[in-house]
Amino acid sequence: MFEFLLRHYNYWMFIGLMMIGFYAMMAKKNLIKKIIGMNIFQSAIILFFISTSVKGGGVSVPILQYAHKGAKAGIVDVMQYANPLPHVLMLTAIVVMVATLGVALAVAIMIYRRYDTLEEDEIRLRRKRGS
Amino acid sequence: MSVETPILIIVIPLISAVLTPLMGLWKKVLSYICAITALSLCTLASVNTLYRVLTDGSIHYRLGSWPPPFGIELVVDHLNGMMLVIVSVISLSVAVYSYRSIEQELPGKAVYFYTLYLLQVTGFLGILITGDLFNLYVFLEIASLAGYALIAVGEDGAPVACFRYIVMGTIGACFYLLGVGYIYISTGSLNMADVHLLIQKLYDTKVIATAIAFILTGLAVKMALFPLHVWLPDAYTKAPSATSALIAPLMTKVSIYVMIRILFSVFEISLFVEVFPLTKIMVWAGIAAICGGAVMALAQTDFKRMLCYILVAEVGYMVGGLGLANAVAIRGAILHILNDAVMTAGLFTVAGIIMHKIKSRRLADFEGLFKRMPFTMSAFVVCALSMIGVPPTCGFFSKWYLIQGAILAGEWPFVAALLGSSLINVILFFRIIEIGFVFKSSMQGHPHDKERMDKIDEAPLSMLIPTVGIATAIILIGFYNQAIVKHIIDFALPKF
Repeated sequence: MFEFLLRHYNYWMFIGLMMIGFYAMMAKKNLIKKIIGMNIFQSAIILFFISTSVKGGGVSVPILQYAHKGAKAGIVDVMQYANPLPHVLMLTAIVVMVATLGVALAVAIMIYRRYDTLEEDEIRLRRKRGS
Repeated sequence: MSVETPILIIVIPLISAVLTPLMGLWKKVLSYICAITALSLCTLASVNTLYRVLTDGSIHYRLGSWPPPFGIELVVDHLNGMMLVIVSVISLSVAVYSYRSIEQELPGKAVYFYTLYLLQVTGFLGILITGDLFNLYVFLEIASLAGYALIAVGEDGAPVACFRYIVMGTIGACFYLLGVGYIYISTGSLNMADVHLLIQKLYDTKVIATAIAFILTGLAVKMALFPLHVWLPDAYTKAPSATSALIAPLMTKVSIYVMIRILFSVFEISLFVEVFPLTKIMVWAGIAAICGGAVMALAQTDFKRMLCYILVAEVGYMVGGLGLANAVAIRGAILHILNDAVMTAGLFTVAGIIMHKIKSRRLADFEGLFKRMPFTMSAFVVCALSMIGVPPTCGFFSKWYLIQGAILAGEWPFVAALLGSSLINVILFFRIIEIGFVFKSSMQGHPHDKERMDKIDEAPLSMLIPTVGIATAIILIGFYNQAIVKHIIDFALPKF
């Protein structure tokens, strides 16, 4: 059991991070904290993708310098390299997340200018009072 | 030239989204012209693509000539060929319509509005045309991000509604991404056709079950399926009229298209019938959405908010129809995507015109509108009849297929929900028609009111023509529904 937990520690960490982010998004009253939670949530998914690209011990980054021992030039032994595709996907996902963060912060600024506060309860009160 | 049309459908609005602010710096009105030109070209390209699909079968376009499992592929078949035409035509008509409304609601911001508008359309078209799961995520986020910005500039309270939408929408998108991650881990591929072949051996594994759960929950947030719909009414009500006329009909439909793709193209329908009880869940989610949406719509006094809840109910029609999992019901659900996109666009454009003229969305303020703006209100009546499901209009035929499919599957609660919500639609719309026809005595009493009412006349032509066009389309689709079903939708059905 313990070994099972230990062997998949990357996944446990990803789940933990994701839940922290999820909790912050749902339970925190401050809008900036919600945004931070959103970012943690998204980062957890990035880490999940990255950690899937590893293939056991001894693999290296996928940069080809010379052909492997005994192999003909130009033939690559995929088992010696980490899978580069998840990294590439996550570069795109990071861009998407930065954009989301930017939009969310811009909207938070709009809210702050209108209501002079970032606390959800306060905003609700002020909307009810109609000021 | 015509070989390149699939990629042009995305590239034209994307490039024009960059050109629009540059043109707008020089002269404001050029941004409008630029957006209209781009969307017209885009419509031509989609119609051409659909025509090619109808004559020669599916089109596979390789980006950068990379062969499919490695490179990104654009795939157009009958289903998304039809969707591309729907999205480009509706976005073109709403763009024509938006000019006067933006002038009034967002003075001085027209340039930015059209930039975001084009990005939003790029996102929709990209979601539809791509054949790659991860690429779809990117386009989904392009569409959502542009949508957040378009909603946030609305009236007072829009930023708060938009913030809630951002949080929920991001969770939805992340869940989708996570599901795609699980699929990638277990198959090593992201191309939909390739995943479809590789994943069949893995149907009874837990990874696939988790992936399906995450993807469908994520999409359910994006399409505002009933318990996850809470962001929709606020966000779409507070958004500028032109924004809601664009996003309300299209965002939900595009998400439902993605759901169809995932269920029937990436996975197989037999999987959901035999291995998971998913179809059952979808039918009940549909019933919940129909009942919840219809009941909430009854309680509204704000016209646009009422339309939003009707939209929530309509999503239930389509999800439930897919869940019935027989050919008739799925045909109905796909036809309903087309019909509902057109009907919702019509209703929201009418709402925008009324907002433009009487500056109010309260149902009580609609008195005497039929006399003041006969063309707009006739368009409204056509949309309303179609929403209710009265025969010559298109809404009847998709509901007919859905009910037939539900009876075939023996899902009587779904039949009851469909009929019940149609009856509630009768109440909702006839209430408005009644208010619109009747002149209350208050008109005589208050000269100020009378003066205000006298100023209200028919909408400007640039708003009226798209609205009446959409209403005409509703009737035409109703007349030609057999042709649409026979030549397009029957090819889009999954194999049983």
